[in-house]
Parts: sequence; structure tokens; C-alpha cells
Amino acid sequence: MSDEVGAAVGRAFRQEWGQVVATLIGLTGDWDLAEECAQDAFALALEKWRRDGVPHRPGAWLTTAARHRAIDRLRREAVGAAKLREAGILAGLEQAGTAGTAAGGVGGAGSAAEEPAEDEAAVSGVADDRLRLIFTCCHPALPLEARVALTLRTLAGLTTPEIARAFLVPEATMAQRLVRAKRKIRNAGIPYRVPDAALLPGRTSGVLGVLYLLFNEGYAASSGADLVRRGLTAEAIRLARLLTRLMPDDCEAAGLLALMLLHEARHAARLDAAGDLVTLTEQDRTRWDADRIAEGVGLLRAAMERGRPGPYQIQAAIVACHATAASAGETDWEQIVALYGHLVELAPSPVIELNRAVAVAMAEGPAAGLELLDALRESGALARYYLLPAARADLLRRLDRPAEAADAYREALALAATDSERRFLARRLAEAEGAGEGEAEGAEEGEAEPGAGG
Amino acid sequence: MKYALLICDDESGRSGAEDIARGHATWTAYIESRGAVFLGGVRLRPSEDATSVRTRAGEVMISDGPFVETKEQIGGFALIECADLDTAADIASRHPYAAHGVIEIRPVLEP
Repeated sequence: MSDEVGAAVGRAFRQEWGQVVATLIGLTGDWDLAEECAQDAFALALEKWRRDGVPHRPGAWLTTAARHRAIDRLRREAVGAAKLREAGILAGLEQAGTAGTAAGGVGGAGSAAEEPAEDEAAVSGVADDRLRLIFTCCHPALPLEARVALTLRTLAGLTTPEIARAFLVPEATMAQRLVRAKRKIRNAGIPYRVPDAALLPGRTSGVLGVLYLLFNEGYAASSGADLVRRGLTAEAIRLARLLTRLMPDDCEAAGLLALMLLHEARHAARLDAAGDLVTLTEQDRTRWDADRIAEGVGLLRAAMERGRPGPYQIQAAIVACHATAASAGETDWEQIVALYGHLVELAPSPVIELNRAVAVAMAEGPAAGLELLDALRESGALARYYLLPAARADLLRRLDRPAEAADAYREALALAATDSERRFLARRLAEAEGAGEGEAEGAEEGEAEPGAGG
Repeated sequence: MKYALLICDDESGRSGAEDIARGHATWTAYIESRGAVFLGGVRLRPSEDATSVRTRAGEVMISDGPFVETKEQIGGFALIECADLDTAADIASRHPYAAHGVIEIRPVLEP
């Protein structure tokens, strides 16, 4: 018994689960069977790898094991019933074994010594299966919450209890959600494939939307919150990485990955020891993750050079402006204003208008920003959004209009959803009531909030 | 797979018979071009001519109007056979009513 093998299986699970399930769904068309066989394969790995050593290509080993398991189960079920359909699937499964995805027998002594060279066709075949799985999980005919759950279960390998915990719903509710989603895929004839060229752009943005939602769910969780919930950001980044590998020509996928990395790089500095929000201006920039920022900026630059901008790339560019400024005072606000202008054109949304107004206040002064915020307020579009009155309050405070600022802080306080937001606003309200000093901006926290990408 | 397309709209601006016939011909031609089959369909008179029937505790109740009062009413349906939901959705999106009403796609329950 060595922990090394356990760790290898754990690593393989994180890296290969989605691929094993995707391949098995592709071969059998049966989502439950695919999941069960993948689970069996990992259990078998724990046992066999301890005895025979960790195979050279764990993914291929696991796929073969899962495939054999599927053959066994289908054979058993086919006995007597002799279902033609299953016979066809069986033939397909058996053929897949000779086609080269799998090397070395599962139980065989040779499994630890597979040929190192994996032929390209097999690799791209596997990649294609995972892409098919992503697009099917994120199909618009499924309810959004089911898309999210299905992606986490089948692609990322989270268990149903883990997903339930992450989304703060009872386990039975989540299990039911997954069952219904799989049933609808089967009954409604949702195809297991990458959409054709005409549908691809729309569907891809749907996939990106699911991944960004996942990321934001995790990002919004405080550090004290359930680790599973917080772990959603890592899952989202992992899936976005996979997507950029599978769709290297998609600039928006790269933009989304860059956006996530740039946000995540600053997560640690976002809350103080007491769990209170720290504004961008006040954040300790030495606590930002320089490697993640460098990776995000590099990805973004490469994507932007291809000249196909989109909402995620622009949002990433805005966050990059913040992330690469040596100090808050050196932030290039004019550039940020220009980027928000571009974003409003591509993906109009009142949240983006709000962020643009805050940027204008930084670039041109609080009066110019306040004018935009007042217009937005009159439109009534963000009536329930605490960041609008919070941003107004901040600009009023800077314009030395403390009484109006206090009113706006009270308004924001009534709308804020989390404790840390409320504590932050209460602090500011107290300052305004005392017509106090201080000069940080509260409103920038609204920068690239969930859903801002549309 | 077989799908029923329930064609719904708010019954306000019904176009003339000629326009409808032309639109429908174009649509069925499109269905064929997608390698799918138009199995049949009908257009319905407006919901003001509808009658609803229920049997409760052996008693037959007949009432005027559709079974549910909504803005969108079923104005017709079509039965098609095609490869999958993506194809069905594409076909539905080309129906003349998709531009102002809504098409509900329901897979046909097959044994």
C-alpha cells in the first residue's frame, strides 16, 4: 500500500475522468452506464496499480478498463433480451478496442508497460469526445442549473453531494436535477456532438456562460465558506483550460480563461482577515498572484492579436489594466473607460454602464461619473442592485456632499446581500454621517461582476 | 426521432390564406432540404371557437374556450421526423410563425 498510487489515481481522476466518461458516452450513448463504468474503472485502478504499478498512460488504461466494464455489463443485459441496438453498441465497443485508443489489456500484466507513443488520431478522437460532452452538457434546451450540474458531474467528476453542497441545495434535489437532465437528453433527442458551423458561435458562448457562472459562484464565496463551493473557481479554470486546448481558435474561450485567471489572481487580497471587503484601491498588491496575472495577460495578448474581440476578451483587458498597474494611482483609467465603451457596444447591459460611469469618475472626476450614474438611476434599470447607490454614495462623498452620500449609503445598505458588503457600507455610512475623511472608492468592486459579460 | 411542433401565437395578426400557403410551402421544402420528413399537420381555427370537455365523477362538463387562458394559443401543429433536437429546432426556427409567435417542440412518445 503506497500513498503514491493513491495520489496517482487521484491525479488521474482529476485529469482523466471527463475523458473516460465522454468516450464511454460516445460509444454507448448511455450517460448512466458511462458514469458507472468510469467509476468502476477508477476503483479497479486503485487495486491493480498497487499490484502492477502505475501505467504509462493512465488515461488510456482507464478508458480501456471502463470500456471492458461496459462490454461486460451490456453482454449480461443482452443475454436473453438479445437487443439489436445493444448488439450494435457492443460491436462498436469491441471495435474501439482495436482502433488504438487503448493500449494493453486491463487486467494483463502488460498494463504497466504500454507503448509510450499515443497515435494522434486516438488523441484527437478523445479530445473530440470531451468537446461533444461539453456542448451536450451546456445545451440550451436544458435548464441553466442543470447545465451547470451536469458539467460538474460528468466533465469535472464532482460527486452529486459535492455539487449539492456547492450550490446550497439538498442532495436529493441535486440528484433529481441530474436525473431529469439526463432523461431529457435521451427523450428529447439532444445530440451528442459538437454543433455545426452555423450553430457553433452561439453554442460556444453558451458554454462560456456556464463556465463563467461556475467561476462566479466560487468567486463570490468567502474564504470561510465551504471549500467545495470555493473550489468551483478552480474547476471553472480547469474546464476553461480544457476548452481552450480543444478550441484553440476560439478567442473568446481564451479571453474567458484570461479573465478568470486575472480575477483569481487577486482573490486573496479581496477580503481582509475579518472577512471584510477590501476595495481595489486598498488591496495589498503584493498579495496578488503574479504568475496567474502573467499567464492571464499572455493569453489575452495572444487572443487579442487575432483581431476578433468579444465581451470576455474586453472584460479581461479591463481587469488586466487593474492587475498590471503598479499602484492604484497608476491605473490607466482612460484606457478602462475606452474598453467599457467598447463593451457597452458589444454587450449592452446596465451593469456595464454602471462600471463605465465609475471609470469615467476616475478618469475625468466624480462630477462626470455622477452625471452618468444619475441617468442610469433615472432609467430604473438597476433598481435592486446595491452597487448603484453604493457608487453614487462614493462619488457624492468625493464631491463633498456628505448628507446625500449618507442617504445613498443607506439605500445601498438596504439592498446589499452579504454580510461583508453590509459591514463595508455601514463603515462608509458612519464616515459620511461624521462627514469624515478617507478616500477609497467602494464602487470599483462592481468591476466585472457576475453576468457582466451577458 | 419524431417531434410534434406546436405552433403558438397571440392570434392578433393572422395573415391571409395566400401568404400562409406560400410560407408553408417554403417551410416544407426546407424540411426536405434538411433530410427530414414532414409527416403532416393542421392549422386550427382561433381559440374563440374552442370548446373544452372534462369528465369528473362521471359528469361531463362542457365549457367555452381553450383549456387554459394564455396570451399564446396553439394555432396549429406539425409532425416531423428528423435526426435530433438540433435539427428539429432549426426546422422550427424556419416556420413562418417563429418570427412572431413561438413553436414548442415536443418529442413524440414512441413505444
